[in-house]
Amino acid sequence: MTDPKRYVRPYGDTTGDGMIQTSFTLPVPFGPKADGAAQQLANKMGMDPAMVVHSSPIGDDFTFFVVYGSVKHLVDLDEVKVVEREYPLLSPAEVNSTLKKVLRRKLVVVGGCIGTDAHTVGIDAILNIKGFAGEKGLEYYRELKVVNLGAQVSVPELVRSARAEKADAVLISQVVTQRDAHILNTQEMSAAFREAMGDRRPLLVAGGPRFDPLMAGELGVDRVFSRGTTPGEVASYLVHAMQAKKGVAA
Amino acid sequence: MALLDLDPNVVATARELAARAAEPVVSLAKAHTTVAVERATLRLAGITGADSTHRAGDVPWVNRVVDTVREQCGLEHGVVLPAFHALKEHNLGSLTELAEATAAGQVQFKIPAGKDLTAARKASTSAVAKGLKTVDRNKVQRDKLVAKLGDPAQRPWIYLIVATGDIDEDVVQAQNAARAGADVIAVIRSTGQSLLDYVPEGATHHGFAGTYATQENFRIMRAALDDVSKEVGRYVRLTNYASGLCMPEIAVLAGLQRLDMMLNDSMYGILFRDINPIRTFVDQRFSRQVHARAGIIINTGEDNYLTTADAVDAAHTVTVSQLLNEHFAHEAGLPDHLLGLGHAFEINPKVPDSFRLELAHALLARELFPDAPLKWMPPTKHMTGDVFNGYLLDGFFNLAGVLTGQSILLVGMMTEAVVTPFLSDRDLALQNVRYVLNAAGSLAEDFRPAPDGLIVKRAHQVLGEAVDLLERIVDDGLLIAIADGTFGLMKRPADKGKGADGVVEKAGAYFNPASEMLEAAQ
Repeated sequence: MTDPKRYVRPYGDTTGDGMIQTSFTLPVPFGPKADGAAQQLANKMGMDPAMVVHSSPIGDDFTFFVVYGSVKHLVDLDEVKVVEREYPLLSPAEVNSTLKKVLRRKLVVVGGCIGTDAHTVGIDAILNIKGFAGEKGLEYYRELKVVNLGAQVSVPELVRSARAEKADAVLISQVVTQRDAHILNTQEMSAAFREAMGDRRPLLVAGGPRFDPLMAGELGVDRVFSRGTTPGEVASYLVHAMQAKKGVAA
Repeated sequence: MALLDLDPNVVATARELAARAAEPVVSLAKAHTTVAVERATLRLAGITGADSTHRAGDVPWVNRVVDTVREQCGLEHGVVLPAFHALKEHNLGSLTELAEATAAGQVQFKIPAGKDLTAARKASTSAVAKGLKTVDRNKVQRDKLVAKLGDPAQRPWIYLIVATGDIDEDVVQAQNAARAGADVIAVIRSTGQSLLDYVPEGATHHGFAGTYATQENFRIMRAALDDVSKEVGRYVRLTNYASGLCMPEIAVLAGLQRLDMMLNDSMYGILFRDINPIRTFVDQRFSRQVHARAGIIINTGEDNYLTTADAVDAAHTVTVSQLLNEHFAHEAGLPDHLLGLGHAFEINPKVPDSFRLELAHALLARELFPDAPLKWMPPTKHMTGDVFNGYLLDGFFNLAGVLTGQSILLVGMMTEAVVTPFLSDRDLALQNVRYVLNAAGSLAEDFRPAPDGLIVKRAHQVLGEAVDLLERIVDDGLLIAIADGTFGLMKRPADKGKGADGVVEKAGAYFNPASEMLEAAQ
């Protein structure tokens, strides 16, 4: 027997009516032709019937529309495959309270751009309180102690600082990719930590627009973050990794 | 107006305490110079361009000269004496030629003495005076254009942001925004420019979530807005950011290219960019002196505190910062009508009476600074991605703005924290503002908060808390208060932070013709 809730359609005010509402702008001057164009787009989007309930000019060359209509499509919930992040996204307050419980002290994060890379845009977006994409940086989190070493940090210097600060996690950022500098630098870094500290090395996290999250193993780090990563994701990951570490130790 | 019946004695006490808190910092600012102040001075003296052959990419000539002077004879006497002495000694025609010779390693800088000293003082003074004359001419030109084309018909002025990363696209967006009703255009800077210890050169087309502030980009945008100003029949103002490590230089470039408003906060760089406190206060003082000369309205950044701290609990820190910003600005020669002190609509909408509390805070700022063009900033922290709810919140923000007589209104976008606004989002946001202005623009006339009501009581409470905090700051010292995390919850010790190595204590014989002329004009 099939699950009656397996197939669903949008709900306007009656089960199965498929009603949705959308808005968009077309580069067409305001007028009947523009409305017709909006109608056509809505139909092609699967809205049938589609009602262009509002249109208004934006300047001379554009028209804005609000469209209501019923979509033909069915959603098969069995086919919905969600890429599960292996950790939940936490709010800053949740990050703080969890860390407090798990560590009973602040989590120490040391970060910087290694090699000759002077592009601190990425590491600063993650670490500076100013943050990125509307999220505050890691400095904002009460239970994180952030040491931002800035640009052009040498690997030995990074290892030294991580040791002196008793870092739980080391974040490195690599923007420049000429001759695979980002890969070589990161491998050099992870090798140095393994050599200097063995299993007691901190969590190693690499970030940069040209990294592929699948490269963690190849790079010798615990986690790779790519373009568009926000501070909240990094903080949530750190909490998750710390919990996992404690779980193993316990 | 005076709806809050603030006790003039308490207000006077607050100002007095702010002045006392600021005093040691002002002395510190007077006793030091920075690499950025020296570079700004040389820019006033006419140096332009960049060394495009350097292996690190384009390095502005001014950085080459200041760095080399610092290496060879230190900056405690200022850069102009060794620079202008070398100019004469090597018989070079311009500062740019001097920079080229410097890069080629042909120049040995030294502090001149005797007749050479007199000559270097004279030559540098006349070069810097020329730069200041351009700044003065731009101020006159702005006044002329405003007289001819007119100011916006209404208050608050409508302030819109563009940020494409490409100056040519910015021009298209800015001109369209002006046609749609924007009175002020702000070009947001590329992420991270505040941490560059140089100002990039030329027209730029690849910023990160914003466009680099460069002299050429300033020129391009001001010219585009002059064109559209004629078309829409009012003078459309241009805003950029004098913040970060190059505050003084960007202030100079803004004066040279007739920008009209500049973000310039006394503590933002320290708190939110981890820039060294001393560096910030020295740079800030010089940059504000330049803004005063240029007739540029500064916008301060108190809104930022409320994005990190709670907008109710930390309301008094906004007042304290406004009072400090006011004092630092006055001290640097900025009159009230150029003080765009900032504040924001950031109270959690789930808090009961949140709108009444917003009105209380907004009115307090209005009545404390009656002659300042206050900058009213939209909600960001509680914009969640639910754009419908966000649109409503922006409507209440607009209403609070007109009801409490705010002067410059940064238009809130329902896409805040979601995506960069679509064309339609900006249009809807402007419709929201227009509706509120049209429906309730004069409502302030009828608005009389009850004398013993929540709004009045709350305003008095915030002012009282501000006075208490100022007393603590006077006792501890402002630098200690900053180090302890008083503002925006950030702890910033005076000896830490970026750009600390660019701070230099002045020698007795320090000479800077720009500082002398700017101080004398005050």
